[in-house]
Amino acid sequence: MRVLVTGASGFLGRAVAAAIVAAGHEVRCLQRRPSGVTGATDVLGTITDPAGVAEAVAGVDAVVHLAAKVSLAGSPADFETVNVGGTRTLLAAARAAGVGRLVFVSSPSVAHSGASITGSDAEPADPARARGDYARTKAAAELLALAADSAELRVVAVRPHLVWGPGDTQLIARIVERARAGRLPLLGHGAALIDTTYIDNAASAIEAALERVDAVHGNSYVITNGEPRPVAELLAGICAAAGVAAPAWSVPASVARTAGSVIEAAWRVFPGQDEPPMTRFLAEQLSTAHWFDQRRTRADLHWTPAATLDEGLERLAAHYRSL
Amino acid sequence: MVSYRLPRVATALAPASLPPSGLPGLDPAWSRIVDVVETGGLADGATHAWHLLDNGEQLAALGVEPVGTVLCVHGNPTWSYLWRDLVAQATAAAAAGQPAWRVIAVDQLDMGFSERTGVARPLARRVRDLDDLTRTLGLSGPVLTFGHDWGGVVSLGWAVDHPELLAGVLLLNTAIHQSETEPIPAPLRLALARGMLSTGTVLTTAFLDTTLALGHPALPTAVKNGYRAPYRSMARRGGIGGFVADIPVDAEHDSHAELDRIAESLRSLSVPTLMLWGPRDPIFSDRYLDDLIDRIPHADVHRFEGAGHLLAEDVDYAGAALTWLSGLDKLDQRSVEPVALVEPVALVEPVETQPLWHYLDELHDSDETALVDMAPSSGDGPRVVSWRLLSRRVREIAAGLHQIGVQKGDRVSLLVPPSADLTAVLYACIRLGAIVVVADAGLGLPGLTRAVRGARPDHIIGALPGLMAASALGWPGQKISTNRLPFASRKALGVSYALADLISLGRDEELPEPPLPTDVAAVLFTSGSTGPAKGVVYTHGQLAAVSRALHNQYGVGRGTGLVAGFAPFALLGPALGARSVTPDMDVTAPKTLTATAVAAAVSAIDATVVFLSPAALANVVRTQGALSPADRAALAGVKSFLSAGAPVSEPLLASAAALMPGASAHTPYGMTEGLLMTDITLDGIREAALDDVARGPGGVCVGRAAATTRVRISALDENGRAVGELSEAAGVTGEIVVSAPHVKDHYDRLWLTDLAATRQVTPGERWHRTGDVGHLDAAGRLWVEGRMPHVITTAAGVVTPVGAELAVSALAQVSRAAAVGVGAAGTQQVVLVVETIPAATRVSLAEPDLAEDVRMVAGHPVAAVLVVPHLPTDIRHNSKIDRTRLAGWAHGILTGARLTQP
Repeated sequence: MRVLVTGASGFLGRAVAAAIVAAGHEVRCLQRRPSGVTGATDVLGTITDPAGVAEAVAGVDAVVHLAAKVSLAGSPADFETVNVGGTRTLLAAARAAGVGRLVFVSSPSVAHSGASITGSDAEPADPARARGDYARTKAAAELLALAADSAELRVVAVRPHLVWGPGDTQLIARIVERARAGRLPLLGHGAALIDTTYIDNAASAIEAALERVDAVHGNSYVITNGEPRPVAELLAGICAAAGVAAPAWSVPASVARTAGSVIEAAWRVFPGQDEPPMTRFLAEQLSTAHWFDQRRTRADLHWTPAATLDEGLERLAAHYRSL
Repeated sequence: MVSYRLPRVATALAPASLPPSGLPGLDPAWSRIVDVVETGGLADGATHAWHLLDNGEQLAALGVEPVGTVLCVHGNPTWSYLWRDLVAQATAAAAAGQPAWRVIAVDQLDMGFSERTGVARPLARRVRDLDDLTRTLGLSGPVLTFGHDWGGVVSLGWAVDHPELLAGVLLLNTAIHQSETEPIPAPLRLALARGMLSTGTVLTTAFLDTTLALGHPALPTAVKNGYRAPYRSMARRGGIGGFVADIPVDAEHDSHAELDRIAESLRSLSVPTLMLWGPRDPIFSDRYLDDLIDRIPHADVHRFEGAGHLLAEDVDYAGAALTWLSGLDKLDQRSVEPVALVEPVALVEPVETQPLWHYLDELHDSDETALVDMAPSSGDGPRVVSWRLLSRRVREIAAGLHQIGVQKGDRVSLLVPPSADLTAVLYACIRLGAIVVVADAGLGLPGLTRAVRGARPDHIIGALPGLMAASALGWPGQKISTNRLPFASRKALGVSYALADLISLGRDEELPEPPLPTDVAAVLFTSGSTGPAKGVVYTHGQLAAVSRALHNQYGVGRGTGLVAGFAPFALLGPALGARSVTPDMDVTAPKTLTATAVAAAVSAIDATVVFLSPAALANVVRTQGALSPADRAALAGVKSFLSAGAPVSEPLLASAAALMPGASAHTPYGMTEGLLMTDITLDGIREAALDDVARGPGGVCVGRAAATTRVRISALDENGRAVGELSEAAGVTGEIVVSAPHVKDHYDRLWLTDLAATRQVTPGERWHRTGDVGHLDAAGRLWVEGRMPHVITTAAGVVTPVGAELAVSALAQVSRAAAVGVGAAGTQQVVLVVETIPAATRVSLAEPDLAEDVRMVAGHPVAAVLVVPHLPTDIRHNSKIDRTRLAGWAHGILTGARLTQP
């Protein structure tokens, strides 16, 4: 199968492209910077450029769409342009080019209203309920993608939850950096159960979705390790792997949420160099439970996670030791 | 006429109409208006329009033929809205291919959305109105009536008048008879008071509001508004006032004769009957249920503990009713096909049933010791009672009870602490055929009150503390005291006789015919550690079988010296011919029993058998330091001891065995519903502990089935439901199901619970689903893995808690552990909650080392490990961890709630 992967220079995109190459497919990657994926062909460009996208999809059998603005801050218009506009552009190009399969890589936050999730399956994406610009625009994009699902273009949405692993510059690097600086508090008592996805598992699940799209198109699937843990244990495990001290102080969850709202608002007015240290969305994510029912995902995608949480942490530790 | 007491506005006329759209749970497609010509009386020939709910058209659209019609009649001040769940569920069941029931729920005239007729409609008129309606509808059989409140009375009136159509009767809280000796319920007295009737029922919405406030839990506002919809103005509330005015407060009342006619006709009603009852009803309390059961003794009855007058809103009455109706369906089919003869149970040898009192007859002139009371309430040293005296006292008390009107089948609640008095009173009741109601003081006063109220005793025999509680809490029944009380106390407590009076009254009187083995002998209450206390009914034959089982298992028989420190077994001493001694202990607190007290009891009668509860056993071990050499010598003479009531750990049993070196240590497995199901010895426990294959997923080994007992397993499915056929296969985890001649007969007034406890069992055999989960091993030993509601359903399969708990408790830094599930059923996560050594001072997440150790041994993936200072346990056994409560608490913590104590 000839497969286009968008956003392959990102942490997850690179792993997904590599997994698809490893599965014996011919892979083309579309993103602004070189993907660095061995065995894949790079097409440099942006997802918001219709001509470039049309060129990239020409002749492929399937598209795996990861390109997105993933951030905790930024102007709402940017999120809209990249996440919604980019998806719309890609869908139009794919239809025009007669592409048969599309895997839309989404996020569980598209259906997350901020309340605890304790073992529910993928709920429908809902831009009205989703928290923050990222989740809202990804929700709108997932709805667009699934609306495009048809006999000719089979679309499936997969939502890996909190992907982490060696080389992650988003989640892991930020946690470790802040912990090292003594700026990583626990929110609340840290007992909220959170499920995460080790990078190799996320990549293999998306690859599995690509193989299974003809049978499962039209659906959304949450992807996780299926091993929820108290958030404090997860942070401690990550810090231990990186050789830094685990958070030893905590901020009440309600304070963090309020602070998150204030900081988020301030960042809109005075955008900083870095991302805001706390947003309301992040505060909610770190102080409420979110773990999912994985039975349908595993049965439909014919997939089980290969690496356990503990194995993932060992590989992370090996990675930090090698730095 | 009753209208004279109501204001003019109550006679306002209005046509029938359809309910407004949008009422929660009400499908407009069910509503129709029917014109009915009135027959009989002054308005003969007048036409009145009825509003009713009817799923007939929907059934026709489904193309299904109804198996029968359920005719529902609401009470005051509700309307057919009350029955919306039944209409919906019956229709849904029909659509799902189950037997189709047509449900017709009427709005009585002047009520709901039916016509306001402007005239008073006393009970006889209302019964006739319903008849006019059903004839107009051309209703053909079979019809079952279903009534609530005064609608229950009207529906029963229709029922007794239509035997040719009637196939059954269903009732929610209803009163059919007002005893002349008891006042009518206070809320109704108030509503009927001069000046109150109009104001409370018609001019204001007070009566309506009061009724709608009776929901447990409170009704949602939208539902309350649904009930209020037809009664928005004074002119629409005349019927509410009319109904209250129609309550026949005395024999002079217009409707008294009709109520009497219906009430008396019920005695000849032979159709299947279901009564669903909410005991938290300030109007129709349990005494009205009692009266109805007295009239229709074959009725299936279920009391929903905690539910009230608006039972239809409090519980799934519709599901219960449809379940009951589906049972009727099967009955019909069975009557067509010949019933296969049930194979006799080969294991159970037919045994000549000796009545429980036969040793009292045999030994009536023996001077041997029957009982010793180490700490009689009189306060002077041990009280020794010979067989001669016990036999005579039992006869005298039985005859005395008979003299004061206690009949065979009357219920007698015994609020007497274990003592010679209790034994004498108990056997007197048994001999007379009165049904003894025994509730453990360990239930706590609220639990005990619920139990005694629910069992509706006709008489209470009590010591002073029990009688004071009975009086203060308004427990029903004639009161009899064990001791003579001063006149003022007797009057204050409503005590009519003392035991000594009964003895005098019965001295020279003959006893009536004894009860039969099939007659009910006792109602024993469960501990309530696993839900509200349930009354468990035993017949004389079944209680005799309990004593036979004890005899077979432990060799307790004629002349055996028995220390009776465990209530249910202790009382059987005289039935076994044993010489029994009650040690000096506070029975409400078994953990107060000391080693010295046990030794004293043993030496008082040269006891060779000792029965104790686990809490008592633990304290005996704890207090052994105070034993004298003579005490130790006495204990060395014990041949066997038994700790019953909850599982006992090997170390505790071993410590106790060291105190009684000549004894074999036993711990049986059983429950109030089946007191002795399996037994294991200390050696057996040690042997099982070494057998990793037999242990399977873990659990407590409780040994092999007792003689005449069969133990089977009903395998769990992936949702944790016990759906498997009863099986003896080894290594299969499921609900433990038992059968024995000494298993209970049924639950008291808990028809649904009975149904659940006997689901899927062989018809004609007496089985009991224990609610415990476990497995059998290849050697036929039973392992208990927990309680059914505590089964954790993970995506990888079901997990039972006890195996993980035992493994984690074995860690050096853990004293006790509980395994619970959090999250959605079928994909739950396992959480371990632990008490540590030393005990933690606050709730927290486990430190990484502890969490790792717990995960290493738990045997299942563990999402979180929580540390608590103390795990909550039930008050009676002080040992059973309340995992349901703990799971709810853990769910809160693990979703970010505050770190509170469980």
